[in-house]
Amino acid sequence: MSYARALRCRKCGQEYPLQPLNRCDFCLSPLEVSYDYKAMARGLSREELAAGPRSMWRYRDMLPVEGEEVDIGTGFTPLVKADNLGRELGLDRLYIKNDCLNPTYSFKDRAVSVAVSKAREFGFDTVACASTGNLAASVAAHAAKAKMRAYVFVPSDVEPGKLVGAAIYDPILVKVDGSYDDVNRLCTEVAKRYSWGFININLRPYYAEGSKTLGYEVAEQLGWRAPDCVVAPAASGLLFTRIWKGLDELAMLGLIEPVNTHMYIAQAAGSSPIVNAFNAGSMHVNPVTPDTIVKSIAIGNPADGHYALMVARQSGGGACAVDDEEAIAGVQLLAQTEGIFAEAAGGVVVGVLRKLAASGVIKRGELTVASITGAGPRTQEILADIVRPFAVQPTIESVEESIGALVRSA
Amino acid sequence: MTKRQVMFTFPQELIREPIIYSLGHQFKIVTNIRRADVTENRGWVVLELEGEEKDIEQGIAWVTSKGVRVDPVVGDVVEG
Repeated sequence: MSYARALRCRKCGQEYPLQPLNRCDFCLSPLEVSYDYKAMARGLSREELAAGPRSMWRYRDMLPVEGEEVDIGTGFTPLVKADNLGRELGLDRLYIKNDCLNPTYSFKDRAVSVAVSKAREFGFDTVACASTGNLAASVAAHAAKAKMRAYVFVPSDVEPGKLVGAAIYDPILVKVDGSYDDVNRLCTEVAKRYSWGFININLRPYYAEGSKTLGYEVAEQLGWRAPDCVVAPAASGLLFTRIWKGLDELAMLGLIEPVNTHMYIAQAAGSSPIVNAFNAGSMHVNPVTPDTIVKSIAIGNPADGHYALMVARQSGGGACAVDDEEAIAGVQLLAQTEGIFAEAAGGVVVGVLRKLAASGVIKRGELTVASITGAGPRTQEILADIVRPFAVQPTIESVEESIGALVRSA
Repeated sequence: MTKRQVMFTFPQELIREPIIYSLGHQFKIVTNIRRADVTENRGWVVLELEGEEKDIEQGIAWVTSKGVRVDPVVGDVVEG
């Protein structure tokens, strides 16, 4: 059973019943799910959680879902000790939380699994989202599993190749002839007009909760403890805040010691409104117009930007951006040291990790978890120039001529 | 009549101009401020606009042409 009791405004504290609603009527701030933590603490133990399914749904009692979940096998992704990468960066206790290994290859499956479960519980027969890649695929896949209709809105300049990962699940793809801002505005209107479960609009408070499971898993996989440092990418800022919430809840429930984790935000320099605000010492995130190849985190007006800033500050963490070149170098370094092919956002995390370690912000001995949130193959066009094969004839002489020297020098 | 919730971000040179007053006056829009923070060199205002759809559209186009950035209050809906 779920211990969720209400939706609560994060700014003014006004409460609302658990319904498809994402904004406070009074101050127009985002709502979040609040729980009866006392009752939850009585009903949970490490042993029971550890005995659950090897998926995010082992934490079912800590999520706001009452009915049967829509699960395509998400979560409990590997937390691997990254000794090779750690050596390169000067970190002795570095771990990678590899969320590339979710069913649709990104962490979005965590959030969408909860949102679509909730949509079905609320009686919606249709779910929708606006996305350029990862979210689209995840929503379409979960809708297929739940036998629901899915509408996916995409800006007209998205390359068709990027949408294959969504189209395979047969959603209704709607290409909007307009700018990115036009799509934003249109979808807000669409969400008002039709009675759909719009994943990141009226279902957003539930969508957000799914991401907490990443924090739970990290702590459980470390043997029920919080790391010293977490580096995670921020687009809307939602995942970043929920990793923290996940750790914080575990401590509140007495399942881990009090959390003293420093949380570091990683953004691409071409779309870094949260990092800008952090560096300016402001608590308000001024929107920017994104200009970066790191499309999966190119959000200029982050919905949870303010809250991500709060987490970075309160946890004694920070915020850091790297440019596109450093992001690509990060993707390559991660692949070539740990065998993990991440999307460019993962490269941003590695680039930021490198900077924070080099400047001594993250210390060599600190137990650090880098959150890799999506897999590389969906956006491999940004790496096209790394493919430089040796061309040979099908004869041993040709092989010898072409790569013989290389083989001998190895 | 329709309602729309938006965030205006003002650059320094517009802080002293009565943009929201003019918006209500010229475009027959009722403006209802819910949250705001305005300093001498920057300002943002979260507000609800109520009026005819076409007046709101024209009003937002005018505010934008003045140099104010207009964003949906929910943040970006399009995600990666």
